[in-house]
Amino acid sequence: MSGTMEPMVTETAGPGVAVMAEIPEAEARKFVGLSPGKLAWRRLKRDKVAFWSFVTVVVMFVVAYGAPLISLLYGKDYTTMNSDLLDAYGRPLGYLNGVSGEHWLGIQIGTGRDVFMQMIYGMRTSMTISFVSAVGAIFFGVVVGIIAGYFGGWIDAIISWFIDFMLSFPFLIFAMAAVPIFANVVVGEAKEVPGWINASFLIMVFLIFGWTGTARLVRGQVIGLREREFVEAARASGAGPMHIIFRQLLPNVWAPILVSFSMAVPAFIAAEAALSFLGIGVLEPTPDLGRLVGQAVATMQLDGMWMYLLVTGGAVFLLVLAFNLFGDALRDALDPKSSR
Amino acid sequence: MFRFLIRRILLAVLTLFAISVVAFGLFFAVPADPATTMCARGCDQVTKDQIHARLHLDDPIYVQYFDYMKGIFVGREYGAGDWKRDCPAPCLGFSFRTDEPVMDIVKRSLPITVSIAIGAWIFELLIGVTAGVFAALRRGTVFDKLAISLSLVGAAMPVFFFAAILLYVFVFGTGILPFPEYVPISKNPLAWAGAFILPWLSLALINAANHSRLGRAQMLETLSEDFIRTARAKGLRKSKVSLRHALRAAINPIVTMAGLSLGGLLGGAVITESVFGMQGLGMQTVTAARELNMPLVMATVLIATVFIVVANIVVDVAYAALDPRVRLS
Repeated sequence: MSGTMEPMVTETAGPGVAVMAEIPEAEARKFVGLSPGKLAWRRLKRDKVAFWSFVTVVVMFVVAYGAPLISLLYGKDYTTMNSDLLDAYGRPLGYLNGVSGEHWLGIQIGTGRDVFMQMIYGMRTSMTISFVSAVGAIFFGVVVGIIAGYFGGWIDAIISWFIDFMLSFPFLIFAMAAVPIFANVVVGEAKEVPGWINASFLIMVFLIFGWTGTARLVRGQVIGLREREFVEAARASGAGPMHIIFRQLLPNVWAPILVSFSMAVPAFIAAEAALSFLGIGVLEPTPDLGRLVGQAVATMQLDGMWMYLLVTGGAVFLLVLAFNLFGDALRDALDPKSSR
Repeated sequence: MFRFLIRRILLAVLTLFAISVVAFGLFFAVPADPATTMCARGCDQVTKDQIHARLHLDDPIYVQYFDYMKGIFVGREYGAGDWKRDCPAPCLGFSFRTDEPVMDIVKRSLPITVSIAIGAWIFELLIGVTAGVFAALRRGTVFDKLAISLSLVGAAMPVFFFAAILLYVFVFGTGILPFPEYVPISKNPLAWAGAFILPWLSLALINAANHSRLGRAQMLETLSEDFIRTARAKGLRKSKVSLRHALRAAINPIVTMAGLSLGGLLGGAVITESVFGMQGLGMQTVTAARELNMPLVMATVLIATVFIVVANIVVDVAYAALDPRVRLS
């Protein structure tokens, strides 16, 4: 990928420069003066999958972060326990898992809380955790990758070994072990663990393990660019390492960074859901999607409870799918070799 | 080759050592007093001191680490005076909760995890690589498009959701299969396979998505190379060109992913174990971490790390064995 990137050395080099490359001749003649960023945008707009996955992502954002507003319009909140709608064993009365005009997606078994409300507030939780983790992990990865790639030598050797070392950690097992243990250390033994503490431990674990892929990617890109003429020219005209890194190199690795960000978000959403599913991620009373699926799986053998499983599991699936598809489309649009 | 292997193994040992130090430091030095964990109802200072003495918890942390490592390789003795316990060679300590040797718990739960991982791995490679290679050979056909869409679905599908769907459809909904119950392979291979068929399928169908995506991309890339055209121009049969020439050149990244996938499965089949209610290594870790049962947590983290590190070495060696272009030095 790096081989085809044609860097433009101007002081105003923006992110778009990253994709300035072998545009097919006919196209180049047709769109004279079109910046690479605009070209990518054009490709993205023409891509139907990109459009629909983007719409889905936006809708999910609006629903998740507009949850309090929706709650107001819908007339239910996520905390009310409708114990009058449960039978003596805590199972929802009525059709399926208590689906009705009042509670569109039914109510939770055991607590009687509204499933729809729990879901959209849960989406907010997992999207917040994933986004914060993705921003942090990508930032860290870019910094480490640039340092390793630009300075090379023993710095690169140490960083590369450390990345290999991090990749040898059994991530899931380690996260499973670390989160409850540290939550316990911070809070002490007897007391309940507040929701935000576990959420921040999750973010920390994702940060610690999530940066390696980006660092490797950026390192490779920077090594490819480091010896190119435009960097040499900058160095010859007296530019310091800071100028070279931020003004010359970074604009050229912007595209792969954006793509790896768009891929990190769904990966973190899936990982967060998995940990919460196991009862280790986000704990009560903070609503969470993965934990809802966990409850649904534990109770699915009961009559009519498949609906609960389908709705909650389907939400995680859709969320990850939409982000994945959008990330794929973004990568295609930003790929200078792409002919679409 | 031999020198490469030696260097690779030394590096792996160094990695293992570093991870064991980090894990030991995190799990033994940081958390709360195990003595408090062990007596749930609270016990007096004398009992606590006894527990400390038995588990050598008052030693400096590096002494504890050294003793722990010594226990794994040559065995060790716990306690002193009239409370003395022998812990033979691969000694991983005693459970804080039940006082059972951790090695016994591992012996009990490891076969479950290994059964899930190996079976799922074989299925996912068969399904994924075959689908990917055929999709590339029949590019643009209905089969190709189906393979692409299914792998997109598979890549986004959470294992816990898919496993639960399978469990619902085959067990609770229709009753075609009984609820999976672990039977050792040595006792009854058929019942063993029957118990694991759903866990295998749920992991294999999802992980196959990665293999088929990669397999397709790699095959497409090699199929467009010059040596393939040469082979075709020589008049070789199409099947020979695609399997002997193209697949052989495309196989390296596939092998890499296969190796990493096996390491990951052995270390992290925990979600599948949880859905199917199997007490494998992963579920043991979940329970142990919740109960702050450090020796068990430490043991499972170490075992999972060994799997990953060994898988990495095997991948590197397989590289050289499969691809004549790779020279190890």
